[in-house]
Amino acid sequence: MIEIRSLSAKLGGAPVLHDIDATIAPGRVTALVGPNGAGKSTLLAVIGQLLKASAGSVTLDGADLSDMPPPERARRLAILRQNTTITPRLTVADLVGFGRYPHSGGRLDDADLRIVDACLAELDLSALAGRHLDTISGGQRQRALIAMTLAQTPRALLLDEPLNNLDLGHVRRVMEVARTRARAGVAVVVVLHDLSIAARFADALIALKAGRVFAAGRPDEVITGPTLSALYDTPIDVHEVAGSRVVLT
Amino acid sequence: MSRPLLVTGLALAAASAVFLTLGARGDWSFVLAFRGEKLAALIVVGSAVAASTVAFQTVTGNRILTPAIMGFDALYVLIQTLLVFGLGGVGLAALDARVLFGAETALMLGAALVLFAWLLRRGADLNRLVLTGIIFGTLFRSLSGLLNRMIDPADFAVVQSASFARFNSVDDRLLWPAAAVTLLALAALLARHARLDVVALGRDAATALGVDHDREARRVMVLIAVLVSVSTALVGPVVFFGLLVSALTHAVAGTWRHAVLLPLSALLASVVLVAGQTLFERVLSLQTSVSVVIEGLGGAVFLILILRRAAR
Ligand SMILES: Nc1ncnc2c1ncn2[C@@H]1O[C@H](COP(=O)(O)OP(=O)(O)OP(=O)(O)O)[C@@H](O)[C@H]1O
Ligand SMILES: [Mg+2]
Repeated sequence: MIEIRSLSAKLGGAPVLHDIDATIAPGRVTALVGPNGAGKSTLLAVIGQLLKASAGSVTLDGADLSDMPPPERARRLAILRQNTTITPRLTVADLVGFGRYPHSGGRLDDADLRIVDACLAELDLSALAGRHLDTISGGQRQRALIAMTLAQTPRALLLDEPLNNLDLGHVRRVMEVARTRARAGVAVVVVLHDLSIAARFADALIALKAGRVFAAGRPDEVITGPTLSALYDTPIDVHEVAGSRVVLT
Repeated sequence: MSRPLLVTGLALAAASAVFLTLGARGDWSFVLAFRGEKLAALIVVGSAVAASTVAFQTVTGNRILTPAIMGFDALYVLIQTLLVFGLGGVGLAALDARVLFGAETALMLGAALVLFAWLLRRGADLNRLVLTGIIFGTLFRSLSGLLNRMIDPADFAVVQSASFARFNSVDDRLLWPAAAVTLLALAALLARHARLDVVALGRDAATALGVDHDREARRVMVLIAVLVSVSTALVGPVVFFGLLVSALTHAVAGTWRHAVLLPLSALLASVVLVAGQTLFERVLSLQTSVSVVIEGLGGAVFLILILRRAAR
């Protein structure tokens, strides 16, 4: 359980998040949505302690994340950033192996290697394990970065736009992996722009607008024409197709 | 065991054997002791410059930077100039070399630590550190230039010869303390190899993996400052050599692991220095050119790296 209380944050001196309150329950996939610049990435960075809050607190299972020693935090919480550049010439397996660093300190034992292999397989990367990151496609790279966060075997999994560059098959696969983790008791947060995907795979939504929580609740509460139209300041229709909501602009 | 490490280790053994024995005449125990000390000096300096450059590039996330860019070389020349200015060339020569070495090392280390403590306070980033280093370097250079205009031309020659690395004429009384400090700092650096691997992924990725990037950077910078201060005080300023060796290391290592990169860089640097010195001193009978040639090569690597980056 991630609890966010009265959280504010600044970027370059300018306030970006204002007094955010939210609870992210384990066992569910929580979609974080909102327009460009709303503060989604900033919120994930603050939860993951990549950025200091200017006020408020974030706790994971009752423990304040800002007080937690970094190695312990990294064993409990994993974060995929929206943009990641990796300069060293790593193979896909090397990269995913780094996900075990908080547990292994850099020396992977058999159990670590089994976890790495399983995460590679989960994201359909087994055949690419030995390839260097600079010789694979954008979507393949994105999957490798996701696999690295899975290899951390965290209690809280924060994914910032994990579906970037992914084809339809892998979109589904990643969302199903997110669900599987959630069902296993992990608190999963996924930043999404595709609200039809959110409607299909998320158990809860938090909508941010201009650094504030605009709406939060179950998908059927948040994914409605009026709410989304106001959130994005553009006319949006929501239709029911084959038992799932489809969002049209 | 990594293959490049093994091959380079063998190459160093071979180069050292040639260095110790080629063209030697007379009393072998004397020749070996005399040349042995020179060999040790080359290896100490090569290892210190190489490993500190590799670590520096990892921490700053930039393969074009070297510690020299923080103004170390310029600071050393300034200290030399100040000493000549204050004591005169003759007075300087009369000073005990150990005292001078200790003072130079302490001054440079002190300056580096003050710079880091000031710059790496919470929130200060490495780009600022590097930029400030460049500015300090320029400042130190212009101060030296100013003083040089005011000193005796004969004394100026002393300053001038101190402005280039002298691999050849290392004082044997300084060698062993320098070697001991270098060895300790290298061991401390190597002990952090796994964390350096994570730091190389960049600030955010390292933080996400539970490595306190800024604290790690500060600690590694202290070790780098020790290595560079000692080696500069021992042989003088080396600007581009570190760049040459680090580019070479990353090219042949075939790995990103610092457990290999750090020792490999030390071995490669030692091979280049020992082989270069053998070639220049024993084969071509030239006295001082090895540092000039090595710096020239390093400078060429620097230009290539810059141009390649510009072309991208
Ligand atoms: N370094 C910075 N300095 C100042 N403001 C910044 C900085 N980085 C981002 N911002 C601002 O902070 C706000 C929130 O940015 P953030 O990246 O969290 O948005 P987001 O919701 O993730 O958007 P997107 O959907 O485009 O990824 C934006 O208005 C952005 O302009
Ligand atoms: Mg974002």
